Amino acid sequence: MRVPLNWLAEYVDLEPGATPESVQEALVKVGLEEEDVHTFDLTGPIVVGEVLEFTPEEQSNGKTINWCRVRVAADGEIAADGGDAIHGIVCGAHNFRVGDKVVVTLPGAVLPGNFVIAPRKTYGHVSEGMMASARELGLGDEHDGIIVLSTYGIDAPVGTPALPLLGLDDSAVEINVTPDRGYAFSVRGVAREYSHATGAAFRDPALAPAALEATGFSVEIKDDAPIRGVVGADAFTTRVVRGVDATRPTPPWLVARLSLAGVRSISLLVDITNYVMFELGQPIHGYDLDKVAGGLVVRRAEKGETLVTLDGTERKLHPEDLVIADDSGAIGLAGVMGGATTEISDTTTDVLIEAAHFSPVSIARTARRHKLPSEASKRFERGVDPRLGRAAAARVAELLVELAGGTIDSLGQTIAADEAPEAILLPAGYVSGLIGTEYTVAEETSALVEIGAEVTAVEGGLSVVRPTWRSDITGPCDLAEEIARIIGYDRIPSRLPVAPPGRGLTRTQRARRRVAQTLAAAGSTEVQSYPFVSAETNNMFGSATPADVPAIKLANALDAREPFLRTSVLPGLIGVAKRNLARGLVDLSIYETGLVFRPEAGVALGYAGELPNGTVRPSEAELAALKAGIPPQPHHVGVLIVGNVTPKQPGLDAVPSGLTDALDAVRQVALAAGVEIRIEQGSHQILHPGRTAALYVGETLVGYAGELLPSFAAESDLPRTVAVAEINLDAVLAGGTDIVEAQSIFTFMAATQDLSLTVPVEVPAAEVQAAVLEGAGELLEHIRLVDDYRGQGLAEGHKSLSFALRFRAADRTLTAAEASEAKLAGAALAGERFGAAIRD
Amino acid sequence: MTNANGPPGWIPSARAVPEFWPPAGGRTRVECVFVSDPQLITEESVAAAVDAALAAIAAAADSTALKQARSAHMAEGSPLANLNAALRSVPNDQKAAFGKLVGQARGRVNGAYAAAEERIVAAEDAARLAAETVDVTALPSRYRAGARHPLELLRERVEDIFTGMGWEIAEGPEVESEWFNFDALNFDADHPARAMQDTFFVEPPEAHLVMRTHTSPVQVRTMLDREVPIYVLAPGRVYRTDELDATHTPVFTQFEGLAVDKGLTMADLRGTLDHFVKSVFGDEAKIRLRPSFFPFTEPSAELDFWHPTFKGGARWIEWGGCGMIHPNVLRAAGIDPEIYSGFAFGMGVERGLMLRDGVQDMREMVEGDVRFSQQFGMVV
Repeated sequence: MRVPLNWLAEYVDLEPGATPESVQEALVKVGLEEEDVHTFDLTGPIVVGEVLEFTPEEQSNGKTINWCRVRVAADGEIAADGGDAIHGIVCGAHNFRVGDKVVVTLPGAVLPGNFVIAPRKTYGHVSEGMMASARELGLGDEHDGIIVLSTYGIDAPVGTPALPLLGLDDSAVEINVTPDRGYAFSVRGVAREYSHATGAAFRDPALAPAALEATGFSVEIKDDAPIRGVVGADAFTTRVVRGVDATRPTPPWLVARLSLAGVRSISLLVDITNYVMFELGQPIHGYDLDKVAGGLVVRRAEKGETLVTLDGTERKLHPEDLVIADDSGAIGLAGVMGGATTEISDTTTDVLIEAAHFSPVSIARTARRHKLPSEASKRFERGVDPRLGRAAAARVAELLVELAGGTIDSLGQTIAADEAPEAILLPAGYVSGLIGTEYTVAEETSALVEIGAEVTAVEGGLSVVRPTWRSDITGPCDLAEEIARIIGYDRIPSRLPVAPPGRGLTRTQRARRRVAQTLAAAGSTEVQSYPFVSAETNNMFGSATPADVPAIKLANALDAREPFLRTSVLPGLIGVAKRNLARGLVDLSIYETGLVFRPEAGVALGYAGELPNGTVRPSEAELAALKAGIPPQPHHVGVLIVGNVTPKQPGLDAVPSGLTDALDAVRQVALAAGVEIRIEQGSHQILHPGRTAALYVGETLVGYAGELLPSFAAESDLPRTVAVAEINLDAVLAGGTDIVEAQSIFTFMAATQDLSLTVPVEVPAAEVQAAVLEGAGELLEHIRLVDDYRGQGLAEGHKSLSFALRFRAADRTLTAAEASEAKLAGAALAGERFGAAIRD
Repeated sequence: MTNANGPPGWIPSARAVPEFWPPAGGRTRVECVFVSDPQLITEESVAAAVDAALAAIAAAADSTALKQARSAHMAEGSPLANLNAALRSVPNDQKAAFGKLVGQARGRVNGAYAAAEERIVAAEDAARLAAETVDVTALPSRYRAGARHPLELLRERVEDIFTGMGWEIAEGPEVESEWFNFDALNFDADHPARAMQDTFFVEPPEAHLVMRTHTSPVQVRTMLDREVPIYVLAPGRVYRTDELDATHTPVFTQFEGLAVDKGLTMADLRGTLDHFVKSVFGDEAKIRLRPSFFPFTEPSAELDFWHPTFKGGARWIEWGGCGMIHPNVLRAAGIDPEIYSGFAFGMGVERGLMLRDGVQDMREMVEGDVRFSQQFGMVV
């Protein structure tokens, strides 16, 4: 909401020397946050001038210009620009005569758009300034000619500063109005709030005595299908003003105020209705009475009914839309936008004024349905004072008389909503108990009276009838806020509550932190990415096989190409890697932890039917259904490594990265999680078929590690070798425990031996190792693969695996013979399982 | 050359030894004399052997030369050793005298040897260490420095402040039911407040799923699932349909606090926030509340904090919203607002990082340029 200060000052005393900033500072104290300041951007000497004479001069380009002598200061005085009292000015417009008073922008003036006025040689003369049009001053779109002040009924001595005469010296504060404060979308509402903030006197423009009641115009509210039990309209005032001259120009001060408020001047009649809406907060609709057939009916749209709205669009109406109809059918979308057939125009002489109160919900739905957020609907949705109609209609009528030369007719009708809002009981001590500081009954009463409430002391507290413009106040907590804010939030003391002893982070939370910390400590850099992806990307990364992956689709994605939510963190990491590579950062190890979204095939999303009422606790069944409809969103960690692990350095060659590094990242995650992750040969459609590991915890597949398919890497403009790993942390941590069953550390002398076994190449080393470990029994304390040899000296299709073994007994120093015996037992089991033979 | 069977036999000539070193062509020449007679043990011969040994030891410049000297003058077959061996054939009545003579001689040589050995080992150690000197600024690194994302670090920091006060950390899904995200939080389906938070909706709309627009649904879940009193912090990612620019991102991180207990007031809210901003921004930081509106709190407030170390001077800075939980929200969670009250607050981690560490552009936080995280390392 933008509020011109001069307008504001009509209804509340601004403090002396008030500036836009000081006004904003006051308003923010009561909850209206500052947004911006608006001015006309006009500076320098702009004065009233009088055309003394002019000579039309035809130019070679066919145009005729006027070479004018314009008086810009009294005889013998120096002009505002320091020049002579009479200036020579070249003017292209022709809508003036000798003796007309005009607005002269003198050299040194600056107009909107940083247009600097200076003496200028043009058409064979030096033009010492400009006679301004309305548009050049930022006052609307009018550019048919220059401003002739008498047209607006303005007269002032030559040399008078022109801006104040036109309302162009004003400025507006823009404030953010929260959705509960519909009334603050008006000068009236903001003036009241300013008064709350500063204590300055407030004069309510809506209390101006309403003109005499009018009768005889038929208005019927006929709502057969109230939405949520609320009738579409509960107040409706109509007034008629006859004999208006719709062609009169809108006075500059009014155009200036509307312009500062952010509204373009359209025509006098429309401007007046807008003006009253901004002043009082009551949306007004004006009809050309001659075009209205019969009386008005407020009703729901009929099936298949259409309406051409003011913007020229034909709209198919919905049976829930509230319309204003006459004998011809719908002539307006109530509270949202009027219809074209009854629109006021330059030929309108008799105006029918409508000032109604519509149901916020009905208006909100219609505005949303037709994507028609208007100044009117914005106010109705947030709540308009239902008692404002009469005063607003009277104010419109008054302006139509004053500015458009009309006369008020006795024809009209008022359906009033005069019922007082229901009283709220404010229990004694409630406010102090909620806010945490003492308020006396006198303070509470005075604050509530100040906002316009009626307060009566009753048994146990105060009975409060809220003001009609504060439909947001529904309970004692709302009254508590009013009291606290009117008296000031500064009064609230600071006291630290003591929470019951907590148990710190959960096991999962601690594990996630350790994982992130460990990966970083091991040399990876944590990044974040957006979870928005395409369906193709999800299908590629979301599953090991080329299958459609169920994914969550957004109805209103920011980028239509990526409407899905990620099922894997790898696409995001790949995007981040590409960005880094493009920026010359070529050796990367990056990781991300976050949720992925994995709806299950065949499980319906969401909640079937109407959501439970939000004002009571749903039943356990409803809660269970709500939760069941939410797709699984496990916590994943993904790692991507590309380029060199370490670059070339003195005495050290560059170490290129690869699957090894991805597997190390897996081991780091396993260590940090405190869970053993088993690495097996695996396959995944996006990974190198020979360089993919499937990761298991027990029998559960928890992720993959591998190198990206080189063809995919090439398509993605990535280097050939890109190692990745992705692990479902939730699955890793599921069911585990942080409790370690500590083993005794034996200290008898160890015996170390080596063992080389030949096995077929396809036998995984880890399984051979496991067999040796199992076969050797408890004496084998540690086994490590030291070599995987293939080639000369081995049978075709075989490899030689060498292990370093460390034996130790709990109770004695082992002999070499004992160790050898255990080793042979291990080799024997490997032989049994895989045909492994000892290689000497 | 050794004289394993003792005298008589050849022994190296003591006189000749000093000339042996340094060896001329890699070959060692040992000039020997034959010892055939215990009568050879004379003061002169002993002195000559000692002199020769001491001279050889003194002349040894490194451990190899010293070893040479030892084998030439002290080991079996050396003059001294031979003299010592010859003692066996000395008549008994002279054994004591000769024994003393030879023993003293050997003692002197051994002492000199030990001293020389100590000197040479020390010198050689020193030389080796000198030779091993490296330029510590030019050594390669086998370690790659990683980094945490500062938003994550700041989130953890915030969590730690609250867990330190006994609060617990609550979590919830990011794709959420509208009921938890809006309905239970007193957002009327038709009220413009619902449109205030530009929401991502999930297909199909009748499923009533959204990307959570705040972490407040976690508060609802917490109130539904836990027993009062409740003191929890709900940090996490949230989503709104804002295009990415310097000050907006469609995906950002929030943390929200929730306390429900008997007798909680707005003063408790202010005290909690005061404590929090002091923890993050220093003891001079404090909170200011301004009236505002949120559907789920009443009274509601915008919270400003006094930033004592802001670049360009200490000042008040806006950082989120808060208020007393609306009775309707408590009711939706089955908590009786006549008995319990509560407060809630919410702030953005991104904004916190911008204010605390001077990050200028929101885009840097979301793009994943490793240089951004790396300037923070492991510390926020």
